Amino acid sequence: MKKDHGHVGKKYGMVIDLDKCTGCGTCMTACAAENNVSVRKDESDKERSITWIQLYQISNGKKFPDTRYSYFPRPCMHCDEDGRGGHHPSCVSVCVASATKLDPHTGIVSQIYTRCIGCRYCQAACPFDARYFNWWDAYFPKEKGLERYLSPDVSPRMRGVIEKCSFCHHRLMRAKNQAYAEGRREIEEHEYITACTEACPVQAITFGDLNNPKHKVHELIQLPTAFRLLERLNTKPKVYYLSTKDWVRRLADNYRPGEFKRLSKGS
Amino acid sequence: MEKPDEKLGEGFLSSLNDFVPPWLDLRSTLSTGFFLLAGFIAALVVGWILFPMILYSKQPQPINFNHAVHIDEESGIEGETETEKCLYCHEFREDGSFAGIPKIDKCIECHDDPESSIGETLEEKEFLQNYVAEEKEVSWFSYYRQPDCVYFSHIAHVNMGKQECFVCHGDHGKSEKIPVYQQNRLTGYSINIWGKRLSGWKTNTWDRMKMDDCAECHTKTGHEENNACFVCHK
Repeated sequence: MKKDHGHVGKKYGMVIDLDKCTGCGTCMTACAAENNVSVRKDESDKERSITWIQLYQISNGKKFPDTRYSYFPRPCMHCDEDGRGGHHPSCVSVCVASATKLDPHTGIVSQIYTRCIGCRYCQAACPFDARYFNWWDAYFPKEKGLERYLSPDVSPRMRGVIEKCSFCHHRLMRAKNQAYAEGRREIEEHEYITACTEACPVQAITFGDLNNPKHKVHELIQLPTAFRLLERLNTKPKVYYLSTKDWVRRLADNYRPGEFKRLSKGS
Repeated sequence: MEKPDEKLGEGFLSSLNDFVPPWLDLRSTLSTGFFLLAGFIAALVVGWILFPMILYSKQPQPINFNHAVHIDEESGIEGETETEKCLYCHEFREDGSFAGIPKIDKCIECHDDPESSIGETLEEKEFLQNYVAEEKEVSWFSYYRQPDCVYFSHIAHVNMGKQECFVCHGDHGKSEKIPVYQQNRLTGYSINIWGKRLSGWKTNTWDRMKMDDCAECHTKTGHEENNACFVCHK
């Protein structure tokens, strides 16, 4: 077995600026529309509803007037490793059907619905709760005309399979097609961005190739304010967050007393 | 003890009798074996010949199309290579997506006159009258439609990979008569996807269009990175 798979080519990733995020939820809506995410008859049942990018609200827990809120948009982290030295994300190493794989050429973790057997091991293995199980067949209310908005670029899921954020992989394929039509082999930075990146009204999300020094994300992840969710699990997620607020950064992981390093004094 | 020959009738059976234990009735064993074998063969005939015949429904295309005439060097579409001729009708859009079977507008570009001399045969006349004159789309059956979970980029293979059309589509582009469309009654897919032989035996690259065939070509041509799941799945 090949031990050192490494990223031979690109490593697509995302940087979300939490100081800019207003928690409006446009990313969730754009994602659902882009990726044919089906709706439940009862969407208020959040244990069963499907959201590829989930918005979490966090609070510093203090009383007025010191109360602060922040929002965590959470897509699939597209981890590089399982955190215990294995060179597969934890969801990939538990998959019994080879339905999910890490592509070393793009860094994107794929999920093939027609191959998935629905054992939900990956859902249990994912530390970020980024995977969702289809308890029912896809439902798009016909009388509302929702099925007319389905994108032909993303196949709808069937009952009994896991689905998750794909970093809008079909947009990468579309960008490649455009490049090929113009006789280019490589795509530009702006040609491939995810639907949530495009939709964010405050441009809190930046998307690009983390390995490419010319891309903005490469620069952003070097910032001292950059961090990742549950970083000490060492799963090497490709979604980074930016926040200047220490209490936000502290909530992103389970720190032991004295372990957390403050960026600024106060707050 | 010598056994009466007239009872067994055949020398072969009597010689076999010396080796079988006395409690085994050789005659009934053989006849049972014969019926098992006959049943086995019958099952094979049903499974390999009758079932495939029932499995696929046959639907003729609404009208014949002569590919050979259209790529003919003298009267057909101009182009240096065969691929270029194919691409004249089966074109790429500006964004690099593949248009597939052309719409009637593409036919009208050349066959715009319903009274033109192109309508020599009865079928051509019918096409000009019923479709061109009324600008009505022909409801072609697509032989090569992949399942919904499959993504395929023609431009990546034709422009970038420099693959000829026949590698996957065989001599379809040179045919004078388009074949009857055969659809799998269970899956709804065209017979060209699984391949004409139910056993999956293939001799040419264009015999089947399954995942293994795509992967086989990727591996052979040194594009193993394109065997990653998300390259062909969506």
